[in-house]
Amino acid sequence: MRLLEVDNLRVAFRTGDGDVNAVNGVRFGIDKGETLAIVGESGSGKSQTAFAAMGLLAKNGSATGSVTFDGQDLLHLPQKELNRIRSQEIAMIFQDPMTSLNPYMKISEQMIEVLMLHKGMTRHEALDESVKMLDAVRIPDARARITMYPHEFSGGMRQRIMIAMALLCRPRLLIADEPTTALDVTVQAQIMDLLGDIRRDFGTAVILITHDLGVVAGFCDRTLVMYGGQVMEEGPTIDVFEHPSHPYTLGLLKAVPRLDRDDATLATIAGEPPDMSRLPAGCPFSPRCAMVLPQCPTTKAPLEPLGGERRRACHRPVAEVV
Amino acid sequence: MSPILSVQDLQVTFDVRRPGSWPWTPPRKLHAVGSVSFDLAPGECLGVVGESGSGKSTLARAIVGTVPSSGGKILWEGQDLAAMDSTKRRTHRRDVQMIFQDPLAALNPRMPVGEIIAEPLITHEPNTPRAEVKKRVAALMERVGLLPNLINRYPHEFSGGQCQRIGIARALILKPKLVICDEPVSALDVSVQAQVVNLLMELQRDMGLSMIFIAHDLSVVKHISDKIVVMYLGRVMEQADARALTTVPEHPYTQALISSVPIPDPRREKARKRPVLEGELPSPLSPPSGCVFRTRCPKAQPSCAGDRPAMIDLGSGHRVACPYHEAQQVLAAAI
Repeated sequence: MRLLEVDNLRVAFRTGDGDVNAVNGVRFGIDKGETLAIVGESGSGKSQTAFAAMGLLAKNGSATGSVTFDGQDLLHLPQKELNRIRSQEIAMIFQDPMTSLNPYMKISEQMIEVLMLHKGMTRHEALDESVKMLDAVRIPDARARITMYPHEFSGGMRQRIMIAMALLCRPRLLIADEPTTALDVTVQAQIMDLLGDIRRDFGTAVILITHDLGVVAGFCDRTLVMYGGQVMEEGPTIDVFEHPSHPYTLGLLKAVPRLDRDDATLATIAGEPPDMSRLPAGCPFSPRCAMVLPQCPTTKAPLEPLGGERRRACHRPVAEVV
Repeated sequence: MSPILSVQDLQVTFDVRRPGSWPWTPPRKLHAVGSVSFDLAPGECLGVVGESGSGKSTLARAIVGTVPSSGGKILWEGQDLAAMDSTKRRTHRRDVQMIFQDPLAALNPRMPVGEIIAEPLITHEPNTPRAEVKKRVAALMERVGLLPNLINRYPHEFSGGQCQRIGIARALILKPKLVICDEPVSALDVSVQAQVVNLLMELQRDMGLSMIFIAHDLSVVKHISDKIVVMYLGRVMEQADARALTTVPEHPYTQALISSVPIPDPRREKARKRPVLEGELPSPLSPPSGCVFRTRCPKAQPSCAGDRPAMIDLGSGHRVACPYHEAQQVLAAAI
């Protein structure tokens, strides 16, 4: 049994402009200790997929389908049981470490609260455990700095604190939503290194949600590419990057300027990101696709297996996608 | 060819008052930019790269003239910016235009796109006939890839990439000689980023523009620039032509920066050895003595804390501010 299994997940938001379908039938799974990347541009539904799985959708949003964690359907779980899983089994870290920490509370209070509530520790035990965790994320002089407020730390340090808090209850799955987007590259490299170590030491499975293909390449076993709320392709990271099977993945990889290459001009994907309230009936990428077929705008391509552990959703035969 | 812009030993400092201090307490000095020098030839593109707090945006503002310099000189077409009279200053403002990071925030939400683009023209050439203005706006919109029939739409009706195109059109309507782009693509998605980068390169070539391209993403900067200046905590660490800087960097900071940039290639990325930098940027209010990078530098020596390292000229425009510099190939070329 897989650790987390998402099947036919749909997320819709009721808005003044009509329904916005942010996620349309997403299916994927992740095993124990595995790292999975969900890659996509803004509006691809990558974050909403995670929010829906965690029951964190905004008030006007609703999720259908199934999200099974360890045999339990998270979408239909009583609040109390869901809270237990969210606190002890699955943890999440977000893009902006400043807005995710309470600015009025010392780091120690925010961390102790978690352990006292969920693990039933005493204050003293909780403090010791918190310091240990801050040491594990390499915050220098953790014993003294734990009594500081979030604003006294730099961006990179705050993200380390977020990671430490997320790991307090030793979760089996960590969902990291753009954890390094707000950080400088040298700090980003530190944080990604740290996440790698933590995954090794604690055996935590990690879902990394990002738009940065470079970060994915160095970190994830498997990659899921999303566009317009749908999975375009999925497979082992090496295969997806070296032999992309979907025109969108191909375009995306070609559009990134690379430090180790001299390209005269960058290949571009024509057009603009999709308007989620006006998606075509067929493939969401069809309006921008350079290899579009006549049936693409009207009929959805099913997500079909493609040898090995790969899956893709495209009408165009693989051999023609180069 | 004589440079269009010459920045010589430029310094920009800000006064920072401690909250709650007495009015007569002297303010602390924040050295945002310290001794930056470079020349920019007509038609050339200079990339400025650095992490947050490196002073790259302040440098741009000083060149535009919105932030006063506190030392050194900025020579625009041979004339000192600080000593210009008001007429000359006016032409300088026409000739130097800017493109900003957040494309939507840089546009007035209450103005239709046509007016936004036309505003600089109407300000600087108030006598242009209405029909002429409209014609030029429409032509420019088409040039930057916007349908001219969108002229009466408001900024919120456009996507991020389109808003950046509007910003580019506004910067180009006066036919400037120098365009300063401050993180123009960092708020955009990858696929749209490539469109905007290509557009900027095309416009630069076709209109013979000089350009200063500021960004934190070295891959984008390298792609678009002829020369690159690497800044750290307000100081120039290294400057060289784009190829030399990215293939054989000399300064330990440039080397660390390059090895931190993730590359979308799983095999290379997993095989890469990273001398990842320890720690984070020190506060610019109390920068380290001597070399500002020494607190994080893997090659730091006790002597680095003494005097500020002088710029060493390695020939063909390659300059590096480190006595222990050593050419190192951080990234092998792609196979």
